[in-house]
Amino acid sequence: MTLVTLVITGIVTFLLRFSMIALIKKDTLSSKAKIVLSYVPSAVFPAIIFPAIFLDEVGALDLEGNPKIIASLIAAIIGMFSKNILATIFAGLTSYWLLIFVYYQ
Amino acid sequence: MKTKSKIFIKGLVDVLPLLIPVFPFGIIYGVIGMELGLGPYLTFASSFIIFAGSSQLVFAQLLTAGVSPLIIISSVAVINARHLLYGAVLSEYLNKLSFFWKLTLSYFMTDQAFATSSKYLKSNNDNEISHYHLLGSGFTLWFIWQASTLLGIFLGAIVPEELGLTFAVPLTFLSLIISDLKKIDHFIVILTSGLVATIFYNAPLKSYVLLAAFAGMLVAYFFTLKLTKVKN
Repeated sequence: MTLVTLVITGIVTFLLRFSMIALIKKDTLSSKAKIVLSYVPSAVFPAIIFPAIFLDEVGALDLEGNPKIIASLIAAIIGMFSKNILATIFAGLTSYWLLIFVYYQ
Repeated sequence: MKTKSKIFIKGLVDVLPLLIPVFPFGIIYGVIGMELGLGPYLTFASSFIIFAGSSQLVFAQLLTAGVSPLIIISSVAVINARHLLYGAVLSEYLNKLSFFWKLTLSYFMTDQAFATSSKYLKSNNDNEISHYHLLGSGFTLWFIWQASTLLGIFLGAIVPEELGLTFAVPLTFLSLIISDLKKIDHFIVILTSGLVATIFYNAPLKSYVLLAAFAGMLVAYFFTLKLTKVKN
């Protein structure tokens, strides 16, 4: 079942790539559609980001003394200044480790 | 006239600078796949079958959380909808190719290969074999992605759970939208999607990703209407 899900997910990803090469002509997408599509990452990725930061393992709000909130803020600030994907990830991870292994010990 | 192999190698070389973040990202994916409990085979198979970093992370995250297949598949489809944007640019140069070539190049298509080769295709449009550049850049990224995933799987098997490396999942996605965070319209879309996902996290069938994406796109549509009105 898991492998079937994986294969179908792969096929869907492939078809979206294929359609952009084979099916879509230059003027298929209106300028309005292009603008809407440019928002897709901003509309989808926070759905993964927010719960992983603000909720605990059972899905309850976890706001007080939550090291992930502070670490994410540091990552966001570093990211905005450096404009570097890896710097953002590593700033978040190292500040998270500092918080859980040093500060909260 | 350049030969096919020379153009292929030019694609390979041209994409190399863009691979500097891809290699560690592949390692991170391999490690996260193991930490989430996806297991070595599925973690590697997804790099081979899906071959798209953010889609694989969402797939791993939702699958190991016990989300139903239909929700997983549609969530990944929404993420990849942005790929439709490239069509307007690439189809112009690849239209003349055979069906088999279109299938092959589709599999190897990534943000980085697109960025590298669309420039080359544009300036060498009269060349009959210029698509070998896209094959070169695409295949190189594919190879690096498979190798780094494997390395990540080995690392993930030995990294202690106490490090809490699953926290790299939200960080990775944060890093992917970091350049949009400063724009007020994107910021509001991000906040809408994030809040809806958090509030409806326990919604039936774990449909929170789709609900949040829908809410975010609704706000985005509103901004688009305003933007296009201003231009007209």
